[in-house]
Amino acid sequence: MSVLKANAVSVDTLSYTASISPATPTCGAPIPLRIVDVRHPGRWLGSAFAVAVLLGVAHSLATNPRWEWGVFAQWFFAPSVLKGLGQTLLLTIFSTLASIVLGTAIALARLSKSPLLSSLAWVYIWFFRSIPTLLVLIILYNFAYLYDQISLGIPFTDVVFAQWSTVDVLSQFTVAVLGLSLMQAAYAAEIIRGGIIGVDPGQHEAAAALGLSVRRRIFRIILPQALRSILPTGFNEVIGLVKGTSIVYVLALPELFYTVQVIYNRTQAVIPLLVVATVWYLIITTVLTTLQYYIERHFARGAQRLVPLTPMQRMRVWLRGQTHA
Amino acid sequence: MREVTTTERAGRIQIHGVSKRFGSQQVLKDIDLTIEPGQVTVILGPSGSGKSTLLRTINHLEKIDSGHITIDGEYVGYRRKGDVLYELKESEILKRRTDVGFVFQNFNLFPHLTAIENIVEAPVAQKLWSKTSARAQALKLLDRVGLADKADAYPRQLSGGQQQRVAIARALALSPKVLLFDEPTSALDPELVGEVLDVIKGLARLGVTLVVVTHEIGFARELADHVVFLCEGQLIEQGPPAQIFGQPSHPRTIAFLGKVL
Repeated sequence: MSVLKANAVSVDTLSYTASISPATPTCGAPIPLRIVDVRHPGRWLGSAFAVAVLLGVAHSLATNPRWEWGVFAQWFFAPSVLKGLGQTLLLTIFSTLASIVLGTAIALARLSKSPLLSSLAWVYIWFFRSIPTLLVLIILYNFAYLYDQISLGIPFTDVVFAQWSTVDVLSQFTVAVLGLSLMQAAYAAEIIRGGIIGVDPGQHEAAAALGLSVRRRIFRIILPQALRSILPTGFNEVIGLVKGTSIVYVLALPELFYTVQVIYNRTQAVIPLLVVATVWYLIITTVLTTLQYYIERHFARGAQRLVPLTPMQRMRVWLRGQTHA
Repeated sequence: MREVTTTERAGRIQIHGVSKRFGSQQVLKDIDLTIEPGQVTVILGPSGSGKSTLLRTINHLEKIDSGHITIDGEYVGYRRKGDVLYELKESEILKRRTDVGFVFQNFNLFPHLTAIENIVEAPVAQKLWSKTSARAQALKLLDRVGLADKADAYPRQLSGGQQQRVAIARALALSPKVLLFDEPTSALDPELVGEVLDVIKGLARLGVTLVVVTHEIGFARELADHVVFLCEGQLIEQGPPAQIFGQPSHPRTIAFLGKVL
């Protein structure tokens, strides 16, 4: 029995070596062997499941009358909704820009060799990451109670260049932008600091050895490289902020979410108006995600040997392939 | 004591009593060394002997604890007033660094800039080149290192040897008096070492003062005017290559050369 088995094995081995031996001496000589990819029955099952889910959702959205698509269409482009959308966008844009500027400054302060400056930055981040946005907004809104005048002058002297009444300066919109920016800056600072730390220290050295000024080193050499790791998390934050702006409804500021609430409280068409807001938030996020793709692609220069094609380019290549075939 | 600088060719480096410690570890002990202008000096020694640290002190990438270094009589990183050395402001240090080029073991090219942008960056920032003529000037340098056709390639699209040649061109762009090489071929495949050494050999003929930390004994023997041997932070032997390689006197040098030759 065992002899038989051993024989069988040796025959197998022989035929195996015989079949590949002609290929070994010539390097890359074509042998017409058929290649069969492994089959994935699981994938087919998964695909079937996905189709079922999609059909189910579409069917339910289309046939359930309570979605009230007529009401949705009526309010989607309504002037008040568009105005709310505008406020949401303005809040996002201003807060993003302010938090980038402030966040970069705090990140650089945190990396500073001055222990006091670095501690100050640390305290800022610690403070604003510790308290809820809601709280910051309401405190700022009541700021006039603490300081009824805001003045610009030299501290500890009577010299005052300009003075404003706090109530005038801190409108709902200013409080909203200020509150959101102060919060976002703390997170932005940590993201930017992470990006800067992630750049190879050799880059600092090479730039210093070439006699580049600190400013130029940071803005031409370090930050462009840091941006590669800053951007994905950064866009996460911006997208979070778009939705986060809805929290300023506590200030009765008519941004998208507040506007929609006001309307459905009057018309009682709660679901269709919430869907209006949902679809607008989806659109904003889609635009931002697309933007993110192209910005990341821009900063990937030099990181990969070949820059990947954009989806549009890929589609053109695919279409060309189709027409030729 | 007054510094005498009556050299016609610039790039004379004088290192006096330089010491440096990292925490409890003494990396440089009382180093005295004079490097003549236009010469090729090779620094040898076992790893951890302080070779790279010594090189980095020459352009103030590394601060020293005591002693001083001058290039053509100017203190590196300091201004002398009477018997006191005042540390220079960042901007002044940067200005003096343009006299000293540095080539790193890991090239340290800026990966987000093309080869030519890497070269143009510093001379344009320091207004040595005008923006309009910069490209032509940089191409000339790339041509010298044999890479004119790679001007618009990003570092990651180049081989190690090509990257190091771009790094050398980048260092040359500031027309330095002194070029420092920190193990310029250690990160390269053996096949690519030759092309980088050839470029360095070409520079030796230009009259720039070259200081090279390397393990390429053949290169040192062929090209060096002066060989310095460091061990445990001390300069234990120096002299012309024929003497160091032919009749080394210090037992540590003999042991080291016995292993690498």
